[in-house]
Amino acid sequence: MKPVSQITSPALLLLNENIDTDQIIPARFLRKPRNSGYHHYLLYDARYDMDGNERVDSPIPASMPPCSIVLAGHNIGCGSSREGAVYAFVDYGIQVIISTKIADIFRNNAMRNGLLPIQLEQEAFYTLVVHCQSNTQAQLSVDLERCEIRWEENNCLTFDIDEGSRERLLHGIDDIQATLAWEQDIVAFQHRYLAECPWILPNAAVSYGK
Amino acid sequence: MSQPALTLFDKIWRQHSVATSGDFDLLWVDRHFVHEGSFHAFDKLDSSGREIAHPELTFGIADHYVPSNLAGLEDDPEVAGMIRLLDENTSRHHLTYLGLGHEDRGIVHVAAPELGLTLPGLIIVCGDSHTTTHGAFGALAMGIGATEVAHVLATQTLWQRRPQTMRIHIQGHLREGVTAKDLALHIIHEIGTGGATNHAVEYTGPAVSTMSMDARMTLCNMTIEAGARVGMVAPDDTTFDWLRQAPHAPKGEAWKQAERYWQSLYSDPGAEYGRTVVIDACEVEPRITWGTNPEQSLPINTGVVPELDDNHPTLSYMALVPGQPLRDLPIDQVFIGSCTNSRISDLHAAATVLAGGKVKVPTLIVAGSNHVKAQAEAEGLADVFRAAGADWGESGCSMCVAMNGDSVAPGERCASTSNRNFPGRQGPGARTHLMSPAMAAAAALHGRLVDVRQVSGEPA
Ligand code: SF4
Repeated sequence: MKPVSQITSPALLLLNENIDTDQIIPARFLRKPRNSGYHHYLLYDARYDMDGNERVDSPIPASMPPCSIVLAGHNIGCGSSREGAVYAFVDYGIQVIISTKIADIFRNNAMRNGLLPIQLEQEAFYTLVVHCQSNTQAQLSVDLERCEIRWEENNCLTFDIDEGSRERLLHGIDDIQATLAWEQDIVAFQHRYLAECPWILPNAAVSYGK
Repeated sequence: MSQPALTLFDKIWRQHSVATSGDFDLLWVDRHFVHEGSFHAFDKLDSSGREIAHPELTFGIADHYVPSNLAGLEDDPEVAGMIRLLDENTSRHHLTYLGLGHEDRGIVHVAAPELGLTLPGLIIVCGDSHTTTHGAFGALAMGIGATEVAHVLATQTLWQRRPQTMRIHIQGHLREGVTAKDLALHIIHEIGTGGATNHAVEYTGPAVSTMSMDARMTLCNMTIEAGARVGMVAPDDTTFDWLRQAPHAPKGEAWKQAERYWQSLYSDPGAEYGRTVVIDACEVEPRITWGTNPEQSLPINTGVVPELDDNHPTLSYMALVPGQPLRDLPIDQVFIGSCTNSRISDLHAAATVLAGGKVKVPTLIVAGSNHVKAQAEAEGLADVFRAAGADWGESGCSMCVAMNGDSVAPGERCASTSNRNFPGRQGPGARTHLMSPAMAAAAALHGRLVDVRQVSGEPA
């Protein structure tokens, strides 16, 4: 997973509320292997009509410059837990997603794929939106070391993120690898727990022939 | 010193906490379910070079890619390929697998509780957001993403930030003809689609403790639509009676020990919740969604489309105009199924309405599991459906989600008992109205949205 620390980029504005993961990546694309990239499928039905032609009101017109930051409407990523929604953003090049509310499972998935989720109060969020709408060259700089978002000469606001999430993103930590350090604790827990509550195990006596 | 008063959620979380690092707890996972969509996680596991730590605690079930008409499965090699991929991944890793043709197969959130794989006090995870359903048994059940699924496979544990607790207290009782689905839509309307984000919800109150397990599952299932991590109900005699015969539930001495423990699974008097919401059950009416997220619902009787801009994207997507009553809105088709409403009691409700009538629009009815399907056939419900002109399909996710061949055509309006009405959920351009099984059945008979309480018994 690619570490995230400092990112400067124009922002893609996706300001509708409740953009759920079915809109971010329609279910029919979830069967696609990851190796050819999921960026094609990002917001597919909003970008393309039934014949695959770009819609006039596409949220990501072809003329859009590459960008790594998204400003998203309230409750982005609600709905299905599909991690494909995060892959679609990441494969498109997005590294930061900023909103007034980010749905929980999407947030967890983002953090585990090098996509920094930032939740802001409404006022701060709209300050950024207004700046990004003010001119086509507008950029934002996100600094995860200092938990700051800066723009123009000397505008700056800070954001909160818990330390565990920050560490994971800054160092591109792979959880499976990191959990190895706790292997002893897991084994000890398991012995004690299963001895106390043997009924917890599924009934091995139930056979499962087809 | 006396013990601190704990919530049900806190008791289970604490019991499963293996270690803590910053805001994250490492939790032991008791049950893990994988489905076709988990292939990314198997890829990640395989590339990490690790084996599954506890294959006896992970169960594979084919559900998402199972179309209602199995004969057409091979028409789309990609769909059939997804099921084969799950066959391969589960067999290579020696997991118990309920594949096509298995009598115990079904939608994971319907089949696992039936089998007794879902038990009170467990931590249950699955790469599917409606895993909240299992909270109906007093389990702590969460939907997770593919990277987390890989982590559970490799370690049988999961790093999670502890959510806040939220109590949703339902006072009074639901009125005749009002269902758990209506209550769920009412709650989501009250608190919003993000109203319970980062919260673990516990449902309490007389309307909940008198609810059947099926109804509790419907309620907990929809909790994710308010953004919650978890939705749960404290286990009680209704729960224990339901589980006693389930094949995987403990038996004999083990049952006695388990039940003693389960009796302690309730929120202590005086336990503090981060937030409490009180809902008056008597105010709940049969509801229907009109918009493109699950909070946009209204009572069928009085509901009119709200005054939004004429070209508001929701209204143009749904082809509705402000001030339009929901009642009598013509529909093109009906879907009765999904992990929200496909259990035997849901099918009873639909059959009661459909008996002796004829549907006016194409109607698809899909049981949530092969056991529900067999029971519905044995009880004659399937005959009622077929006599009414409805299609009766193979159990699975079917038309809840447009990924297995069952979908709603662009621009078509579907009365559906599923859980999501976001744009494109049932197919590109599909217009979904969520409602209870009885309401969907009544809509089928009339070809329009109606209040089932006013039309039941009348010939169509
Ligand atoms: S029935 Fe629908 S909501 Fe439930 S698990 Fe299947 S696709 Fe998901």
